[in-house]
Amino acid sequence: MEGSYWDLVLLVMEVWLFVVLGLIVLPAMFGVSLGFTDLYIKVLVKILEVNNTLIQTSRIIERNDDSMEEQIVELRRSHPKFHSVGDFTLCDAFYFCKKGIESIVDDEVTQRFTSEELVSWNLLTRTNINFHYISVRVTIIWGLGLFIRYCILLPLRVTLAAIGLSWLVIGTTLVGLLPNSNVKNWLSDVIHMTCYRICARGLSARIRYHSKENRPKKGGICVANHTSPIDIVILANDGCYAMVGQIHGGLMGVIQRSMVRSCPHVWFERSEMKDRHAVAKRLKDHIADKSKQPILIFPEGTCINNTSVMMFKKGSFEIGGTIYPVAIKYDPQFGDAFWNSGKYNMVSYLLRMMTSWAIVCNVWYLPPMSIQDGEDAVHFANRVKSAIALQGGLMDLSWDGGLKREKVKQSFKEEQQKMYSSMIVGQD
Amino acid sequence: MGSTSSTLSKIPNADELIQETGFTSAHLARLFERFEALDKDKKGYLSPQDFEAIKELALNPICDRIIGAFFSSGQEMLDFSSFVRILAHFRPIDNNRTKEPNSPDPINSRINKLKFAFQLYDQDKDGKISRNELLQVLRAMLEKQVTEEQLESIADRTIQEADLDRDDAISFEEFRKSLEKVNIDHKMSIRFLR
Repeated sequence: MEGSYWDLVLLVMEVWLFVVLGLIVLPAMFGVSLGFTDLYIKVLVKILEVNNTLIQTSRIIERNDDSMEEQIVELRRSHPKFHSVGDFTLCDAFYFCKKGIESIVDDEVTQRFTSEELVSWNLLTRTNINFHYISVRVTIIWGLGLFIRYCILLPLRVTLAAIGLSWLVIGTTLVGLLPNSNVKNWLSDVIHMTCYRICARGLSARIRYHSKENRPKKGGICVANHTSPIDIVILANDGCYAMVGQIHGGLMGVIQRSMVRSCPHVWFERSEMKDRHAVAKRLKDHIADKSKQPILIFPEGTCINNTSVMMFKKGSFEIGGTIYPVAIKYDPQFGDAFWNSGKYNMVSYLLRMMTSWAIVCNVWYLPPMSIQDGEDAVHFANRVKSAIALQGGLMDLSWDGGLKREKVKQSFKEEQQKMYSSMIVGQD
Repeated sequence: MGSTSSTLSKIPNADELIQETGFTSAHLARLFERFEALDKDKKGYLSPQDFEAIKELALNPICDRIIGAFFSSGQEMLDFSSFVRILAHFRPIDNNRTKEPNSPDPINSRINKLKFAFQLYDQDKDGKISRNELLQVLRAMLEKQVTEEQLESIADRTIQEADLDRDDAISFEEFRKSLEKVNIDHKMSIRFLR
């Protein structure tokens, strides 16, 4: 009896692998869609609509967004000796005091780094912040959803990810053995592309690419807003890029080292990253070689929650070359792709991703931009940032993404003082 | 109200706080979440550094004074009850609250709001805003943008207008009188949603 039990298990596994390979991996590699993902997403949307419930928004207080001048004039209006500007009154401090207390209760920057709150309940959690018991029917559906996600989707996705990554490592190592030639480059592109396609299936990702004619070309730099490590998979599904980054140990390091065997990526040792000139030089050399793939860089330097674009670090914009901006916007209904690195480590993040329903996102390729005469890198960076924010429907913030870790610069405080003093003593 | 009550159960003396401050249980729960979010090291209390870490607050010219208002007795640890008691100053005035003759003023009364603003100026707590203290606030709000003479003349003019008993300082009464017509409720209140 035991023999046949094991036979059965083996049979199930064979069928499983056959299904996975035949219906998912092979079509993925050839870039063919059997329409499963589209159908799946249609069904999901229907279910979500049926179970829509409003949850509370995340703002705790109502904020007054009038400018400093308007608010202070308002304040003074009731003061007996009313001067419009050019004078100080005791109640001016109220404006700063109120603003200060408002930011203690609820501030904009901290908001940006938690996930975008959804208005509709999305079956991923009971509600996004708290549990609100709604009805038995809804709880049952939630429980069913949980079962499907963890017991059916998760194993499937993990299998796919494992297949995809091993394919990448083995494939690139083999290709790396070939002498440099066009065939090698072509094979390398194929291997990379197919691996990323398999990984995309492993996340049930449906990606829409817009304006493909603006796709990044060799010798250029591709610049995009950053939400999660998955961005790489999203972009690499539609083109081959040279990655830039620090070389890690462990599994990540293995993947990085084998990737670089078949086509040139730019990996830095941790010590090299400190030397900005060395970094810039290597990137410059890479783009000077027109046969190499375009470099992919995320200038925000950190993951942002996909409702806004934060300050672009100027380093990538000083290298020269043509910049190809790309805007990535995830649809938060199906799964929150934002990686809050303070809250989740990589493994728990990936687990979260693989147990969400789907990743749906839009990618817009924007027309290439280059630095203009007399323009400095910071200005250019801001120009590119605005273009990306505009296209993706994201808010264009001048906050530094690194702010979530560091202190505010003194110069920002001076800005506030300048504004106030121009009201008190007039312009100089 | 599953979540609110679970958050509330984490707050010691929640009912007392609700009575004292006038916040609803939902507001109290959200403030507690905010308190926990600000307390990044999970110490159970807030320190001045936790406040300084709020980016928008660091921008504020009088941020030190505002933080000082929370840590007024010189202590370095702010527990949740004190946090909420101070924020209660900024609740909008409840006009329909019946005032019993002997009960103390609610924390968010007009007088108490004025007292809160007064202490932002009166750092040494002697009950008067001296010329020097006024200059310090002006310097904080204007720093390098104006000359020392301009600062002095502004301070002089302000004291002249408000100082009724000619003692070269502004007492709380004079402060209050000078701001009689200002709509304190509107300007020193924060509207809590839901």
